[in-house]
Amino acid sequence: MHKEAAIREPLILGHKSFHDVTEDVCRPIEDKAPKMWYVLFGIAAIIGLYGVGCILYLLGTGVGVWGLNKTIGWAWDITNFVWWVGIGHAGTLISAVLLLFRQKWRMAINRSAEAMTIFAVFMAGLFPLIHMGRLWLGYWVLPLPNQFGSLWVNFNSPLLWDVFAISTYLSVSLVFWYIGLIPDFATIRDRAKKPVAKKMYSILAFGWSGRAKQWNRFELVSLVLAGLATPLVFSVHSIVSFDFATSVIPGWHTTIFPPYFVAGAVFSGFAMVQTLMLVMRKAMGLEAYIHTKHVEYMNIVIMVTGSIVGTAYITELFISWYSGVEYEAYAFINRATGPYWWAYASMMTCNVVSPQLMWFKKLRTSLVFTFIISIVVNIGMWFERYVIIVTSLHRDYLPSSWSMHYPSHIDIGVYVGTIGLFFVFFLLFARFFPVLALNEIKTILKSSGESYKNAPDTHHGHSANENNNEH
Amino acid sequence: MADRIFYAMYDDDDILKDGAKHLVSKGVKVSEVFSPFPIHGLDPIIGIQNTRLGIMAFIYGLTGLLLATIGMRYFMVVDWPMNIGGKPNFTYLDNILAFVPISFEFTVLCAAHGMAITYMLRNRTLPGIPAQNPDPRTTDDRFVMEIRLSENSKFSTDDLQEMLKETGIVELDQKELK
Repeated sequence: MHKEAAIREPLILGHKSFHDVTEDVCRPIEDKAPKMWYVLFGIAAIIGLYGVGCILYLLGTGVGVWGLNKTIGWAWDITNFVWWVGIGHAGTLISAVLLLFRQKWRMAINRSAEAMTIFAVFMAGLFPLIHMGRLWLGYWVLPLPNQFGSLWVNFNSPLLWDVFAISTYLSVSLVFWYIGLIPDFATIRDRAKKPVAKKMYSILAFGWSGRAKQWNRFELVSLVLAGLATPLVFSVHSIVSFDFATSVIPGWHTTIFPPYFVAGAVFSGFAMVQTLMLVMRKAMGLEAYIHTKHVEYMNIVIMVTGSIVGTAYITELFISWYSGVEYEAYAFINRATGPYWWAYASMMTCNVVSPQLMWFKKLRTSLVFTFIISIVVNIGMWFERYVIIVTSLHRDYLPSSWSMHYPSHIDIGVYVGTIGLFFVFFLLFARFFPVLALNEIKTILKSSGESYKNAPDTHHGHSANENNNEH
Repeated sequence: MADRIFYAMYDDDDILKDGAKHLVSKGVKVSEVFSPFPIHGLDPIIGIQNTRLGIMAFIYGLTGLLLATIGMRYFMVVDWPMNIGGKPNFTYLDNILAFVPISFEFTVLCAAHGMAITYMLRNRTLPGIPAQNPDPRTTDDRFVMEIRLSENSKFSTDDLQEMLKETGIVELDQKELK
C-alpha cells in the first residue's frame, strides 16, 4: 500500500468503504432510470435517426447532395471526421498516458472517457465511409488481392495509413476498455437479483472470478496495453494530419501539423470529457469521486494543450510570412481577412483566448465556468478544422476556380445526426455499464480516500486481532 | 479425490496479506486468493509467479512487424510497383519511409490483440464461462483465501482452522469434495 502526502487533496471524498464504492457505482444501473434519462435518450434518438435518414438519402442520391463543388472537394465531412477523431483522443490519453504516469485521478474518469473515445471514433469512421458514396464497397480499402480491381491499395498514401491507424486505434481502444470492464461486470453480476440482468452480466463478465493470478495478468495486460496505446494515440492524429500535410496545398503543406493536431485533439477531447463528466457526476450522484480537484486537473491539461495549439497557430502565421512563399502567405492572409474571417476569428477566440483564462484558480475550479469553456473549446476546435480545410481549398492557385462552400441541409443533418447518435451510445453506456472503474477505485481508496488518508496507520500488525468475529 | 477446502474470508486486503504471510511462514500452502481488486505484494507471498504475457506481447508485435514488412514489400515493390511522382521504388529500402506508419500500426494491432486473446484464454475468461468465485461478495468488498487440506497434509483440519482464526478472518467456510 502506497502512502501519500497528507497535504495532497483526497481524490475520494466522504467516508467511503469498499462496499460504498460498489453501491455508488452500481445503484444507477440497478435502479429504474430517471425520467430525465428517457427524455434525453428520446431527444438524442430523434436527432440520431434524422442523421441516419440524411445518410440514407445521401447514399441513395450521391455525394452531390453535400455542399461540395469542384474547388472544395472536402469540407464538412472531413471536418467532422477530424473533429470526432480528435475528441476521441482524450479517452486513450487518460487511460493510457496517465496510467503510465501513475496518475491516480485518472481512475475516476477513465472508464467513461474511454467509452467516449470509442463512440467518438465510431462517429468519425462514418464520414470517410459515407464519403466513398458506395458504402457497401468500403472493404476495398483493405489490401485485397487483385481480383477486386487492377491494383493493390496504395501504401504510400496517407489516406491508407489513416485506414490502418483508425481501425487499429478503434479496435485496441475497444479491447483496452473491455478488459477493464470485465471485473466490474463481475461485480454487477454477483449483485444482480433479476434473472435477465444476471444472465446478461454473466455473459458480459466472461466468468471473471478475481483469482490472484487473474489479477496478476490483469495488471500486466493493462500496463502493456497502456504502453502500446500511448504511441498509438500520438500516431493516430499525426497520421490524420498527414492527410493534409503531405499535400501541396498552401495552408496544409506544413511540418508542424502532427504535434499541432495531436495537441488540438487532446485539447478538444478533454473539453468533451468535461462536458460529459460535469453532467454525469450530477445526474448519477458521483460527486464524491469526480469532484473539483479532478475538474481542475483536466482544466490544467486543457490550458497546456490549448497553449500548444495557440503557439502552433502563431508559428504558422509567422512562418507563412517568413518563408517568403507568396501562396503560403496569401493562404493565411485570406484566412484572417477573407470571406471566412469569422470562422478564423471564432477559432482564435475559442482556442487561444479561452484556455488562457484557466490560469486563474478561481475560474479553473468553477464548475459552471468549466462547463461553458468546455463547450466553447469544442466549437472552436470544430472551426479550426473548418478553417484549415475549407479556407485552404476555396481559393487555390487558379483564381478563375475560386469558390465558396455553403453547407447543404444534408451536410448539417449528417453532422447533427452524429452528435445525436453519439449521445444515444453514451446514454446507453451510462445506463447499463459501470461508469466508474469501480474495482480500480478501490485500490486507491486507502491512499487517496478522505477517510483513510489522514487516519493513523492501523492496518498493519496489531489490527489483525481486532476483527476476530469468526463463525 | 476427497478433499476439504477452507474458504477464509477477510474484510480488508492488508489483513489478508498479513494473514497469508503468517500462514506461509508456518508452512501452510495458500492455493488461491479471490479479491475484488489486485492486492499489491500478495503474489510473492503465496507463491504466484509473474505472468509472461509481456513476452508474448513482444513476440506478437514482432510478428506484426514482420507481416507488415513482407506484405508491403510484396504489394508495393514485387507485385505491382506504382510510379508515384517518379520517386524511386525499386527496392523496399528506397521507399521505407512511406511504410513506417503502417508498420507501426500493424505492430501495435498484432501485439495488442494477440496479447488480449492470450490473456482471455489463459485466464479462462470468455463469454459463457461460469464464474468460480466461492462467494458473490468477493467481487464487492470481501477477500477470500482458499486452502486445501490435500495440499497441507502435515496439518489436521483443526490445526488449519485454529491457524486461520488467528489471522483476523470474518467468516470461515468449508467444502467437502468427494
